[in-house]
Amino acid sequence: MISIQKRSAVSLRQKLPKQAVAILAALVVGALVILLFGHNPLAVYKEILSGALGSRYSRAQTIETLVPLLIMALGVTICYKIKFISIGTEGQLYIGAMFATYIALHLKGLPGPILLPLMLLASVLGGGLWCLLPAFLKVKFDTNETLVTLMLNYVAIKFITYLQYGPWKDPNVIGYPVIPQFTKNAILPDVLGIHAGWIIALALLVLTTVMLYRTKLGYKITVLGENPATARYAGFGTMKLTLLATFLGGGLCGIAGFIQASAIENSLTASISGNLGFTAIVVAWMGRLKPLPIAGFGLFVAVLIQGCAYLQISMGISHFMANVIQAIILFFILGSDFFINYRIAFRRAGEVTA
Amino acid sequence: MMNDIGLFLQTAIIMGTPMLYATLGEILAERSGSLNLGVEGMMMTGALAGFLVGTTTNSPLLAVLCAGLVGAMGSMIFAVLTVSLKANQLVAGFVLTIFLSGLANLIGSGYGNSTLPKTFTSKISAIHIPGLSEIPLLGPAIFEQSILVYLGILTAVVLWLYMNKTRFGLSLRVVGENPSFADNAGIPVTLYKYVHIGAGGFLAGVGGSCLTLLIVPRWMESITAGMGWISIALVIFALWSPARAVFGAYFFGALRGLVFKLQSAPITISGKAFYIPAQILDLLPYLMTILVLVLITLGKRKENRPPLWLCRPYFREDR
Repeated sequence: MISIQKRSAVSLRQKLPKQAVAILAALVVGALVILLFGHNPLAVYKEILSGALGSRYSRAQTIETLVPLLIMALGVTICYKIKFISIGTEGQLYIGAMFATYIALHLKGLPGPILLPLMLLASVLGGGLWCLLPAFLKVKFDTNETLVTLMLNYVAIKFITYLQYGPWKDPNVIGYPVIPQFTKNAILPDVLGIHAGWIIALALLVLTTVMLYRTKLGYKITVLGENPATARYAGFGTMKLTLLATFLGGGLCGIAGFIQASAIENSLTASISGNLGFTAIVVAWMGRLKPLPIAGFGLFVAVLIQGCAYLQISMGISHFMANVIQAIILFFILGSDFFINYRIAFRRAGEVTA
Repeated sequence: MMNDIGLFLQTAIIMGTPMLYATLGEILAERSGSLNLGVEGMMMTGALAGFLVGTTTNSPLLAVLCAGLVGAMGSMIFAVLTVSLKANQLVAGFVLTIFLSGLANLIGSGYGNSTLPKTFTSKISAIHIPGLSEIPLLGPAIFEQSILVYLGILTAVVLWLYMNKTRFGLSLRVVGENPSFADNAGIPVTLYKYVHIGAGGFLAGVGGSCLTLLIVPRWMESITAGMGWISIALVIFALWSPARAVFGAYFFGALRGLVFKLQSAPITISGKAFYIPAQILDLLPYLMTILVLVLITLGKRKENRPPLWLCRPYFREDR
């Protein structure tokens, strides 16, 4: 008879060796797949590493991938803390970017130091409202937020496409419809060779950590998530708290949209997320909803994404191979969680365990 | 005019068919408590597998069957991770889509120019029922369709009977609503989850193969173009019922058909041209699904709600 027991506390020392085994196993399976497609796995792995970390430029690229990933993972973490299982990161990113773009296009006369903070605030508002909508439906009608946020992603992306083909189309560009490029004052400047988004991400990492673990709001959020009845009994105003937390969570994802539009694309398109929103959800879960592990795991994933993107340039391997390798590694890490958190006990039938 | 509408209805039903299969499959998975977001990926591998088997064997039956099997194999990754290893369903589903669509595009990249043999297409193209298919308006839509379309409807009927009229269907519901109760009642919860996730993958694969065998009909990169996600929306739109899935799928198929039509020409009603942006029509299915979600939570009927245990792992030891 096999029984599965939950481990009460898992220390880092118990965890790391198992995660290492998982990643190793993933690399072996990945190597087999790479071999099947006729490439040399060792060379591929070496290229991934050097593509992500090998030069100053590639390290900057990796950080630029990490920035939106980390910010959105922190955003969904706030939502998940109150058991609001949103998968609407993509949509919130796009609506945040849309609000920021509106400011960038309509107030382009303003100097950068005023315009950029305005764009940031607008993106918080956009992302926050886009997350508030399903939160409102949940507290008001008990509508399933996971399904609503999934749908809202597509609504947002299609709506951006609509803006691109219709009302926001740049009249000066003939041929393919595009939204106008931002003026220079609406583009985040570089700091130490990387766009200033990294400062925002770092600040948000600190702020979110402090908010969650050192403030009354963070305490209330934790209580509400872990024991809603207690939260209600303590008179937290659970409805208001839910709406506030989801607004903050969505707002963070909106900021990621502002950064992508301003610093990376210098405009708004329906592809600024590069599916990072979905990846951020994976990162948040893998980091167990704790800011520092999220940052660590986010960096790992950013290295993977950036290194794999480099494969196409350096070895001419299709970027789909990158997806496959990433997915295999994530599968194994996902599966290894079980062996970290549970103990499998073998016992003879009839034997009783405590 | 009549002819136009007839043709439009016919197209709507064809366009809805891949989504119908995928939706029926996802209904089975969700009824067992599993929200598998890997539909898009499973459809894509099914599309490729069906196409490859179709071009090499020239047998529609084998092609569709293999597409289903490949889809089912993909879904087993999800099943092992979420049912046995208790991984988060949303994460596992997302990663599954990334994996399978990457894999399909990778393998398929060399087959963009291949075509199905003529003898194959003639076996699978619309059956022309003389007389009946000449009925104005509904004739071509109902009596001039491919065997895959009819098979889709048949699958829906069979699944409706299975879910509503058999003991297994009842047990399936219990597993999705309250797995510990099901466990106590002696229903093999894990087996039910595996079987229905697998069946879901099979049908998603078959749905994908409709694209490469019938609709497009050849392999293209990222051929499903979001149909998997719409199918997940459709599950809600159909309120987890196979019967309603048929109408939902054809309705969404009509919307998609309209999108293509509008890209070329505006709608003219009594001489006036109306421009409806195609992108707005494109987002309608999702918007309507949200509306349906709100409406069902407003309604009092419990059977219309999502399965209670949807997306939650079941720990036998926590009973």
